[in-house]
Amino acid sequence: MLSDVSLRQAPWSQEVALETIGAHAAQRGPLLPVLHALQERFGFVDARAVPLVAKALNVSRADVYGVLTFYSDLRSSLPGRVRVQVCRGEACQAVGGHALAEHATRSLGVDFGGTAVDGSVTLDEVFCLGNCALGPTVTVNGRLRGRVHSAELDALVADGGVLA
Amino acid sequence: MSTVYVPGDSSARSVGADEVAAAIEAEAVRRGVVVQVVRNGSRGMMWLEPLVEVVTANGRVAYGPVTPRDVAALFEAGFLGGGAHELGHGDTDQIPWLAQQDRLTFARVGVVDPLSAQDYEGHGGLVALRRALVMTPAQICEEVTESGLRGRGGAGFPVGVKWRTVLDAVDLPKFVACNADEGDSGTFADRMLMEGDPFMLIEGMVIAGMAVGAHEGFVYVRSEYPDAVAAVAAAIAAAYKAGWLGPRVLGSDYGFDLEIRVGAGAYICGEETAMLESLEGKRGVVRAKPPLPALEGLFGKPTVVNNVLSLASVLVVLARGAQFYRDFGVGRSRGTQVFQLGGNVGRGGIVETAFGITLGQMLERFGGGTASGRPIRAVQVGGPLGAYLPPARFDLPLDYEAFAAAGAMLGHGGIVVFDDTVDMAVQARFAMEFCAAESCGKCTPCRVGAVRGVEVIDRIVAGRDVAAGVVLLEDLLELMAEGSLCAMGGLTPMPVRSVLQYFPEDLDRSEGTRP
Repeated sequence: MLSDVSLRQAPWSQEVALETIGAHAAQRGPLLPVLHALQERFGFVDARAVPLVAKALNVSRADVYGVLTFYSDLRSSLPGRVRVQVCRGEACQAVGGHALAEHATRSLGVDFGGTAVDGSVTLDEVFCLGNCALGPTVTVNGRLRGRVHSAELDALVADGGVLA
Repeated sequence: MSTVYVPGDSSARSVGADEVAAAIEAEAVRRGVVVQVVRNGSRGMMWLEPLVEVVTANGRVAYGPVTPRDVAALFEAGFLGGGAHELGHGDTDQIPWLAQQDRLTFARVGVVDPLSAQDYEGHGGLVALRRALVMTPAQICEEVTESGLRGRGGAGFPVGVKWRTVLDAVDLPKFVACNADEGDSGTFADRMLMEGDPFMLIEGMVIAGMAVGAHEGFVYVRSEYPDAVAAVAAAIAAAYKAGWLGPRVLGSDYGFDLEIRVGAGAYICGEETAMLESLEGKRGVVRAKPPLPALEGLFGKPTVVNNVLSLASVLVVLARGAQFYRDFGVGRSRGTQVFQLGGNVGRGGIVETAFGITLGQMLERFGGGTASGRPIRAVQVGGPLGAYLPPARFDLPLDYEAFAAAGAMLGHGGIVVFDDTVDMAVQARFAMEFCAAESCGKCTPCRVGAVRGVEVIDRIVAGRDVAAGVVLLEDLLELMAEGSLCAMGGLTPMPVRSVLQYFPEDLDRSEGTRP
């Protein structure tokens, strides 16, 4: 799963980073694939990777930083062990999405975009997961789940470590 | 040996299709019967998912929604032979909801094994490509123009005209870029086609390449669709192996290479120029037009940018002829549209039908009221930038022009139903919040206007000088609509205006102050 980054974080290594960058550098328009690959490898895009990417692709560090901070998928810090995304789109709003979103922030004790201080969980909002006839929809560690209300979310989060 | 279909579609999986497939396999082993489970796409009847189909002598028989707990009873009832069970729906193709549709583009979705090249050819795949191979590029463009096919991504620009522009461009190389960044809430047809019939998209892109003289293509899929990414990537690999992609497409002298690229969670990258920037590895910031992407697109070269459904629909046009396709539909909206029913709806899913039926017919015939059982209060058509329509407007026919004339839009065909518990002030505010969150930031009306929009709606809802607030909001909406660089800021006013027009009572909570 592309969005499932929490389960395969490798510790920082310049060699691994360079190898990851090199594997994608020859493509046309390589920056986004390179950043995706780094995130997949390390769980996030480490600030130490930014100058390496800039050098390898012959762009400025500002270019790399600009792209890194533009896209909401790309992270600059390690996410929690369980990653929860709650859909905030209209189709999910129509079936109780607002209440679910409120419950998620309250029960997990973090705001959207936040990670719990103990690193247990990261909560993100997402605008549509393409499951609009079976909402409210969430993902837990990259796994899509439909018809999720408060009780279902609690159960999924409790199981989050072993799912996916 | 029995063959059982259990959808591998991500929506079906989101409500337990994997668990059902595993339970069927386990129960078959326990009973010593040989069952082959095929993971197909979804038929699009989402309220019946997971929908299990069994191949019988009399065709495919459907059961759903199935949970793992039902599996033993289904075996007991002889479902492998089509036996009666309370979850049974009989012959899948005869289920009225499905039988009333015109499944042209979605003909194979839910029917075939998505990654079986053999299934694809056996169900009409490659007919269009083989025909295109004996046509000139100009003839292909002409036939597509003739069909009346318009871009299904939302803007509705004639596909053949766009292709002709790229064909006539002199600069080389040319590119085909498929916009599979289906970010509109309430839309999921691109996702289901990519998961359920990915070869169709590939064939459509090869034909687009032949029509304009391009030899390289990119599919830009949003990261929120990991299953679609996996399906398209696997289909591309299989297509290379089968000789449908590569230096000699189907043994001809024409070569076409195709690559998949994954987005990174930016709604604006569904705007074609922002998508091109993103493909080039930049921030997804929109470009001013002109120059048109058809002349200066990806890496500054002539580029066809089409939505998934547009490219897939081209296959129907070429395989069955322009006349066949244009015989569906009304006025300048020809062919079929793949509508998507979602939100608080009784029977949600994919409804592919000719343009022209009314919104009310769509909701009655297919939607079956709300899921909550309460009355419908509003329906948002065309994604987050589309209008909210009250039941009084359900007489509107589903065609591009009728919707435009009513200050609404069909967009990508998403229809999201809300019951009478909806607070339309919250929905109007959300339109602005969403724009503020997803604006690329390039132009001021969108970047700043969205933030000001949230503020002024908050003041109106709080009852502080409502009349002046509404005047200010209307002025802001006009500025955003007229002054924004792209449809993000330009269309965000549409849902807000529709709330002002049809649901003013939700905004003005201080009785008697609004004119």
